[in-house]
Amino acid sequence: MTHAQPTQAQPTQAQPTHADHSLDSFGDAAASATRVTPGNALRPEDIAISPDKPNDDVAEYALRLGDDSLILAQRLSHWISRGPELEEDIALGNIALDLLGHARSFLIYAGHALGKSEDDLAYWREEEDFRSVWLFEQPNGDFGVTIARQLVVSIYQHLLYSRLVDSTDPTIAAIAAKALKEVDYHRDHATQWTLRLGDGTAESHRRMQAALELVWPYVDELFDDDPLIDRIGDAGVRPSTLREQFDADIAAVIDEATLDLPTVPRAMGGGRRGLHTEHLGYLLAEMQVLARKHPGASW
Amino acid sequence: MAAAPLQPVPAHASPADSSATDQAGQAYFDRIIAEDSRIEPKDWMPEAYRKTLVRQISQHAHSEIIGMQPEANWITRAPSLKRKAILMAKVQDEAGHGLYLYSAAETLGTPRDVLNQQLLDGKAKYSSIFNYPARSWADMGAIGWLVDGAAIANQVPLCRASYGPYGRAMVRICKEESFHQRQGFEILLELSHGTPEQKRMAQDAVDRFYAPALMMFGPPDDDSPNSKQSMAWNIKRFSNDELRQRFVGMIVEQAKVLGLTLPDPELRFDEETGQWIHMELDWQEFKDVIAGRGPCNSQRMARRREAHENGAWVREAAHAYAEKKMQQKAGAA
Repeated sequence: MTHAQPTQAQPTQAQPTHADHSLDSFGDAAASATRVTPGNALRPEDIAISPDKPNDDVAEYALRLGDDSLILAQRLSHWISRGPELEEDIALGNIALDLLGHARSFLIYAGHALGKSEDDLAYWREEEDFRSVWLFEQPNGDFGVTIARQLVVSIYQHLLYSRLVDSTDPTIAAIAAKALKEVDYHRDHATQWTLRLGDGTAESHRRMQAALELVWPYVDELFDDDPLIDRIGDAGVRPSTLREQFDADIAAVIDEATLDLPTVPRAMGGGRRGLHTEHLGYLLAEMQVLARKHPGASW
Repeated sequence: MAAAPLQPVPAHASPADSSATDQAGQAYFDRIIAEDSRIEPKDWMPEAYRKTLVRQISQHAHSEIIGMQPEANWITRAPSLKRKAILMAKVQDEAGHGLYLYSAAETLGTPRDVLNQQLLDGKAKYSSIFNYPARSWADMGAIGWLVDGAAIANQVPLCRASYGPYGRAMVRICKEESFHQRQGFEILLELSHGTPEQKRMAQDAVDRFYAPALMMFGPPDDDSPNSKQSMAWNIKRFSNDELRQRFVGMIVEQAKVLGLTLPDPELRFDEETGQWIHMELDWQEFKDVIAGRGPCNSQRMARRREAHENGAWVREAAHAYAEKKMQQKAGAA
């Protein structure tokens, strides 16, 4: 087991995809006032020009992780300009941007095996081709529901990426290494808000408890194993092996927040096989509408 | 002639010596302005200067916040993942600008809550450009290129504003705005070199945003009552018309690179005056939009109020939780 190998994560200049007609170089186009990206971190553009190609199974695995993050980024981005305070517009936007970055990296890598670009995969696949699990497509609800979803996702992703940095696939390991630092912040954000809302006012306690009940049916699916996991071996992480630590971590937060662990039954799930809830179709319709109006166009 | 070193005069130490402080303060203030130096938050300043700044800085902050809406409108539909990431980062920057500006206004003694309430109550203004709809993806380009471009032309001189915290906030904001302008330009460039439909989309966006962007500099000089005082106080450095002409000169060349036309039949460079001449703008429309009769005024305000109201229970919870933790800490000590 090796950690992210620098040879795979070499920072390189992104190759312009078209002739550069602009007045000068723009630098990092996604640079932001509120988000500092370390200069040597792996960017989607670096993966795009890397010659490494996953086998079909690892590509399918990358697609799963990429779709999870893409769908959640799409959900969270809706909060920008609608947050309970300005700081949350920034924080949720930041988290969405991180997730979108992870999604792009995974999709670009998967696309190397499939002969497709990140945008082919995001904009031109049908609902049943998406491999995300149901939790990620759940609607934002009120701020409490969004935080409950974030709490589950960030604890899960933190455990996942902590292990995935040791993937035998160097690109997967490198993406995980970058994502891990960001997801650590997401987990802190969700934890702090769960505490504030759970142990804030009677109203916030009630809403936060209801929010947990609402997202809980979708927790189990995150930890389902399936034959693909057997096939990829140490390139991936067996989801069921994350469960025990997840249960301990989330129970500690829920307990400190004076909330109760929900006992609602699980939903059947099926996202990894392309079976989705009713919500995904609308989400994709909105995300894909403009790209699909202009087949072959570049943006 | 070397001036004696200036001793700052603090704002009122006690009510008893207020008139003496006022006199010394005014003298200090006048010299700072005459020397084109900077007033800092603890310094004495005329009430009218303070009021003007609070109004201007908070209007600017509100503009950043309302200005997030037309662009947020396209985040979920951005046509490529890279563009989506860039747009998200941009809108997030705008929230950040709002935060620094509210902080700068707070140094003048008006808390952010009060300023926010003025916005929600419709008592405070924001830039009227954001009351125009963002109808197409190309508007993300036109807003970046023309609206952020006009904002930069307006704001670069404000980096030298006599009020320290404002000038310093503007330095950072201008750096980021110039990034945004380039991104907008890049969007239009890609569209104008794309399919015929994309090019039409780009031209349509420029056609719609050109005149409103020129109006962002404010009314013509002969109809701009506050400008003179602001210039005397070294807050404003150039007149509305000067800035407007300078901006037109900038975008003429850039439009050529884009291969798009500016919708202005009267646009020409006047060799004699060395100035760009542009068409007469529809100032009645400008006044109408400011007065609330623009295409999106009520939509923008409704969205801001809705976010504020939906967030009330969250802010109350955060407040209650912080109080609880403070009490627990005090109890444990």
